[in-house]
Amino acid sequence: MIAAAGAILRKDLRLELRTKESVPAMTLFTLTVYVLFHFGLDRDSLDGELAAGVLWVTLLLAAVIGVSRLFAAEREQGGIDALLLAPVDRTSLFLAKGAALFLFLVAVEVVAVPAFGLLLLGPGLGGALPELLLILALGDIGIAAVGALVAALAAETRARELIAPLLLLPLLVPVLIACAQATEPFLRPDQGPEDLGRWLTLLTLYDVVFVLLSVAVFDYLLED
Amino acid sequence: MPALPLDEAGKYVAGAYVVFLTLVVVYVAILGAKIARIEREVSALVAEEDET
Amino acid sequence: MYSKGFVPLAIATVVTLATAMGLVFFYAPLDADQGFVQKIFYVHVPMAIVSLCGFVAGGVMAIKHLRSGDSSWDMRSYVAIHISIILGVGVLATGAIWAKASWGHWWVWDEPVLVSFLVVVLLYCVYYPLRFSIEDRERQARYSSVFAIAAGAFVPLNFAAVRMAEAYTHPRVLSQTGGSMPGEMRLTFLISLLAMALLFVTLWKLELTSKHASMQLKRLKRKLAEREVVTT
Repeated sequence: MIAAAGAILRKDLRLELRTKESVPAMTLFTLTVYVLFHFGLDRDSLDGELAAGVLWVTLLLAAVIGVSRLFAAEREQGGIDALLLAPVDRTSLFLAKGAALFLFLVAVEVVAVPAFGLLLLGPGLGGALPELLLILALGDIGIAAVGALVAALAAETRARELIAPLLLLPLLVPVLIACAQATEPFLRPDQGPEDLGRWLTLLTLYDVVFVLLSVAVFDYLLED
Repeated sequence: MPALPLDEAGKYVAGAYVVFLTLVVVYVAILGAKIARIEREVSALVAEEDET
Repeated sequence: MYSKGFVPLAIATVVTLATAMGLVFFYAPLDADQGFVQKIFYVHVPMAIVSLCGFVAGGVMAIKHLRSGDSSWDMRSYVAIHISIILGVGVLATGAIWAKASWGHWWVWDEPVLVSFLVVVLLYCVYYPLRFSIEDRERQARYSSVFAIAAGAFVPLNFAAVRMAEAYTHPRVLSQTGGSMPGEMRLTFLISLLAMALLFVTLWKLELTSKHASMQLKRLKRKLAEREVVTT
């Protein structure tokens, strides 16, 4: 099963490297949204709660774009039928798609987070890098798991571009709450972790629940 | 905010309970309409069967 | 098959509801801080609790549907979610009235129950477009069940997250579930909660009976039409 998942993942990554469809678009999107926030909020620099909120809302919106493209390649080239005929169980497909989305998000964040530090953040980012990376990692796992599930759920409906964001964003509210609250103390001028433990616990719980749930349930999607 | 005087507060409390009751009654009414339609169709079918 | 024991259930519901209303207005003492407005609590909070349980129950029924392939579980899940959404809208409406009466604004972000419900109702509103945009009936049921399970797991997590977030910025003021409630209030609340739960089950059975009858009727009509084609 892991081998099959690995194969699908490698195919997706190779495809992305070749066509460069999702990651550059998501990255460009986050930079554009930063500009929008600058004009919308009429602020040159943000810190604390506002900064954490802007950063995470932007990442979530970029994730929506990634999710709607997640099964696009299969759909457009009829590849999904081939995938389903092959003796690959759905769990491998979920692991592969989830891992792909996770890696896309990481790739986007490599650019988007420093860009945020450059464009909008008042205080510097450097001080709390390990904690920030942990928050990002746990948040990305949650987004990737739920994102893959929603992508599959919406894949067969006629109005999938509309339904995917409407499903994804409310489901990600706990991730947003936990990540924004956890990040906020690090973006203040007087940096210092506050109750990081409880937000990381919430995030971990969310991740565990949704990864296990999606693994269990994916078999019932994308059939026939 | 200090507690509202009884007559003003009464309107809000009544409003809340009216919302609740309205939801229930409208729901039951819609279901009633559906059941009425089922009954009509069953009668129509029985009438058809009686003819043939 | 769904209407077994319906009449005693309905009677129990009416009796409990009437008792609850009586207790609320003639027995429960007036709240020291909020006065008469606090009476809204006896309809708002039971609706919230029953609605949340309904969403989770819908998820559990969806699990049963996926594991057994029996489409009657899908119908049960759909109706449970359907009624819970209606109750959820009621929670938002009564919560807004309570907020206006207590705080002067039609919406407050301080109240974790209200805020959680906003997110939950927004999520479950997508259930209908998701469900009805899939044409194949079997696939429709399957995908709806997956959604019901994911959303059902989401509800408690969301509630916890919103509670944690609000605890930071605003102390909880409006809710008074448990804790320092005097005995008369607690009894009234419990009876109100029981009444709401009974109401949910009654309406659930009612809608299931109607849906089932409608389905049987469709099948019967189809069979009769087939028989006519054969014999003519």
